[in-house]
Amino acid sequence: MSQLYQKRQYTIIGIVFVTFIVLGFRLFYLQVIDNSFRQSADRNALRKIIEHPARGLIYDRNDSLLVYNDAAYDLMVVPNELRTFDTVELCRVLNIEKKELVKRIEKAMQWSKMLPSLVAQQMSKEDYGYLQEKLHRFPGFFVQNRTLRHYPHPIAAHILGYVGEVSREQIEKDPYYQMGDYIGLSGIEKAYENELRGTKGIRVVLVDVHNRERGSYKGGIEDVTPIQGVSLWSTLDLELQKYGEELMHNKRGSIVAIEPESGEILCIVSMPSYDPNLLVGNVRSKNYGILSSDEVNSPLFNRALMARYPPGSTFKLANGLIALQEGIVTPTSIYPCPGGYRMGSHTIKCHHAGSTNIYSAIQISCNTYFCKAFYNILSNRTKYPTIQKAYASWEQYVNQLGFGVKFDSDLPYELKGFIPDTSYFDKKYNKAWNGNTVVSMGIGQGEASVTPLQMANFMAIIANKGFYYKPHVIKAIGSKESPNTRFQKRYETGIKPEYFDAIIQGMEMAVIGGTARSAKIDGIQIIGKTGTAQNPHGRDHSVFVSIAPKESPKIAVFVLVENGGFGSTVAAPIASLITEFYLNREVKRKDLEKRIIDFQ
Amino acid sequence: MNQRSKTSFKIDVQLVVYYIILVTLGWFTIYSSSKNQFVDESFFSFSNLYTKQLVFIGTSILLAMVILLIDSRLWIHYSTHIYIASLLLMVLVFFVGTEINGALAWIKIGDFSIQPTEFAKFTTALALAKFFNEGKTNKEKKFLWVNAFFFILIPILIILAQKDTGSALVFLSFVILFYREGLTGWILLIGIFAIAITVFTLYKNEIYSIVILTNLLALFLFLHRKNSTLIKRDVALYAVGILFVLFTNIGYQHILQDHQRMRIDTLLGKVKDPLGADFNSNQSKIAIGSGGFWGKGYLNGTQTKLDYVPEQSTDFIFCAIGEEWGFVGSFIVISLYTLMIIRIIILSEKNRNQFVRCYGYGIAGVIFFHFFINIGMTIGLLPIIGIPLPFISYGGSSLWAFTILLFIFIKLNEN
Repeated sequence: MSQLYQKRQYTIIGIVFVTFIVLGFRLFYLQVIDNSFRQSADRNALRKIIEHPARGLIYDRNDSLLVYNDAAYDLMVVPNELRTFDTVELCRVLNIEKKELVKRIEKAMQWSKMLPSLVAQQMSKEDYGYLQEKLHRFPGFFVQNRTLRHYPHPIAAHILGYVGEVSREQIEKDPYYQMGDYIGLSGIEKAYENELRGTKGIRVVLVDVHNRERGSYKGGIEDVTPIQGVSLWSTLDLELQKYGEELMHNKRGSIVAIEPESGEILCIVSMPSYDPNLLVGNVRSKNYGILSSDEVNSPLFNRALMARYPPGSTFKLANGLIALQEGIVTPTSIYPCPGGYRMGSHTIKCHHAGSTNIYSAIQISCNTYFCKAFYNILSNRTKYPTIQKAYASWEQYVNQLGFGVKFDSDLPYELKGFIPDTSYFDKKYNKAWNGNTVVSMGIGQGEASVTPLQMANFMAIIANKGFYYKPHVIKAIGSKESPNTRFQKRYETGIKPEYFDAIIQGMEMAVIGGTARSAKIDGIQIIGKTGTAQNPHGRDHSVFVSIAPKESPKIAVFVLVENGGFGSTVAAPIASLITEFYLNREVKRKDLEKRIIDFQ
Repeated sequence: MNQRSKTSFKIDVQLVVYYIILVTLGWFTIYSSSKNQFVDESFFSFSNLYTKQLVFIGTSILLAMVILLIDSRLWIHYSTHIYIASLLLMVLVFFVGTEINGALAWIKIGDFSIQPTEFAKFTTALALAKFFNEGKTNKEKKFLWVNAFFFILIPILIILAQKDTGSALVFLSFVILFYREGLTGWILLIGIFAIAITVFTLYKNEIYSIVILTNLLALFLFLHRKNSTLIKRDVALYAVGILFVLFTNIGYQHILQDHQRMRIDTLLGKVKDPLGADFNSNQSKIAIGSGGFWGKGYLNGTQTKLDYVPEQSTDFIFCAIGEEWGFVGSFIVISLYTLMIIRIIILSEKNRNQFVRCYGYGIAGVIFFHFFINIGMTIGLLPIIGIPLPFISYGGSSLWAFTILLFIFIKLNEN
């Protein structure tokens, strides 16, 4: 019988061999041809935990800390890894309703099933400790360490800005960001986001089937240590900023102080303001809502950069410079002033009578002088065939003096004010206009409007006698010794330095014996010019500009107090106190200081 | 002295080498998949699977040496006794057994558990070898196959009663021995056809299968139109086929347990549930597939180390090989098994003793079945059936039983 069936051994060996071939091919398919399994295995076992770097610190110009970081703990979820879990317990720890939890998880799912999303922000250290221990019972959830901004001094809120969660659009624009990340939304935080955000780290950990971390992958070979954001040194002087905000207490308006030789902003105050700590972390959206709906004070509105004020008499300085450069007047030219500038039936009044040259015109803020000068600039037919050409030339000077244009420096949401161009007047007056039609621009009234920053920069130009560096708030990046290279370009105004001497002398006379006497400081040679910006809605705005010391100026100041009345009433003393504080590091005139702080 | 050196010379070196390679590979794989790399554990602690397996390997080598030393005639002479003893041991489980993973198949002695089922595989092979070897009267020959099937039916019934379906199926592998000893080849064709029809019925539904059977009947009626006897046979076979299809469906719905039905459904792709019913099979494929051509390297498998693959030291140990050694390692392992099985068949055919040949085909079938079913399930070709990979999987009973099974054959071939 056995011999009979001996050949069957080949059938059996054949079956074994065919099985071998089938298994071999299947293995070849799984292991060599189909590449998807490697990813599946990695998706299973490897969890890439993003390690968020702390944002860079921000110091003031004297190394005092303006912004630092605090530890915070966020609960994250990876929807794909969710299994059934004890919702009651988690809701209890997070102190939210079950409905809310479900909503948040659904939101996370909509964004991505694979990538982690935020479920709860900034848990307390106790909740964090409690959850961390029980996390294996909540598969799909994990806790991420984050940092929150903190401000030791509640000042300069507008300029420092704030951070918040990235929007969908920002994520689409820059792959660096993921849902729940923080990004600078305004101020320095926004302007220097790339420097401050640092470099994210990645920790690749092995996660077992029960969602427990089981150690680092390949001994951490693929881990990337997060790098903290770069520290910034601001141009702001913390003490000066604080002092400025104190002086502006209960007032509306703005102070901008610039170091002329560098364009560095020493202090920039916009009042009313808010405590920057209000816009941090999980109270941010609530507080933001409160602040943005405050229509009476609009604390979020940064007046220093965005408000449009009529420049007032301080603008006379610009027109004086242009008239000198254009040869319309010389320092010794005299215009008679009969107590006003008459054009037809209308008169622009003056508070005095008598003849003025440029020095005395500045000293006493003579309307007639500057109306005439402005009229003559526009009526210079020997140089310009039409008024349009003449006006365009004037406008160009004004732009070079920093008005009607944006600096595009590192300041947030800066507006450019308004200097009308020829087509504006052509349209308004149907091309039939002359020097007298627009003459009120010559004394800073009329259509033109400027921002406090532009006015302060204009003072820096005068202090520098003809040039400026873009006003900015960050002077060094990374270390105090590595200057911010963005603002080293010198901008020329095209006006000769000697003409500035005349202006400076006029401003000195204004302080010694003119409209700006209230700015006088013992021991400091301060020069200045008052302005009273007409306010159609109420009491005039009190405006003052100053430079000190006269020889090699260190600080140029612009002050505007809304509804403060004459420039000499409140703006001039504030500029004077700011200057004194900055140059002497102390203020001796306590009575004046108190009167200003109490002024409303 | 002379006698002994002659003895050792006649041992089949190939089989011993395959054995040593597989067992060694098995230990290293168990070490990799069970060692907790994140915890410092003492190598000599008996709570470690790999330390225990080392003990099992040591005792297995002792067993192998004992078998090589004792007279091989013992096995021939006492084969029926050994078979009955193993059956009794299996029955004993009902009284003193312990349930592990849903199967009541273990006898606990101190810290160790013995699974009598494992040993029944070689005792059945011994008993069948003796059965075929004995001269049969004509009357006995008439019922030869019925009697032969009884030898495997008894252990199958006992094991099914213990709810260890996988092990019960292993005994079907003796059909290979039957075929070699003269069981009609139709049995294989019918078997293959029955499996095809079953899969088809479960995959689609019984209507499809009946339509196919009816078409086949029409074809054969046309071919056999001139032969009325063949036509009768065709109709009878058709009737059996229809009954089989109907039974398949009923059996599938009512006899199989839920988890078994689920395993088949997921394999056929009728159910997609990668996190539930499909999880094990899916993770197992991911483990092997992610190994790629060269593998992730020894001790670097994440699927097996982090418990994504279930039973990664026992039934699913091939996953660790596939993951860490890639296609190269997997291919070497399936080659080793194939070579070992073919070597056993060649040696069986060479041997003039029918007992040895029958025992050889018996154990070749058992090893082949384990090898095919186990690897087939890990790579998603077959439903999940919990049986160990011979020589490699962790477990004392399994390793001892397969060692005895193989070395009895080696010893029998010595003479």
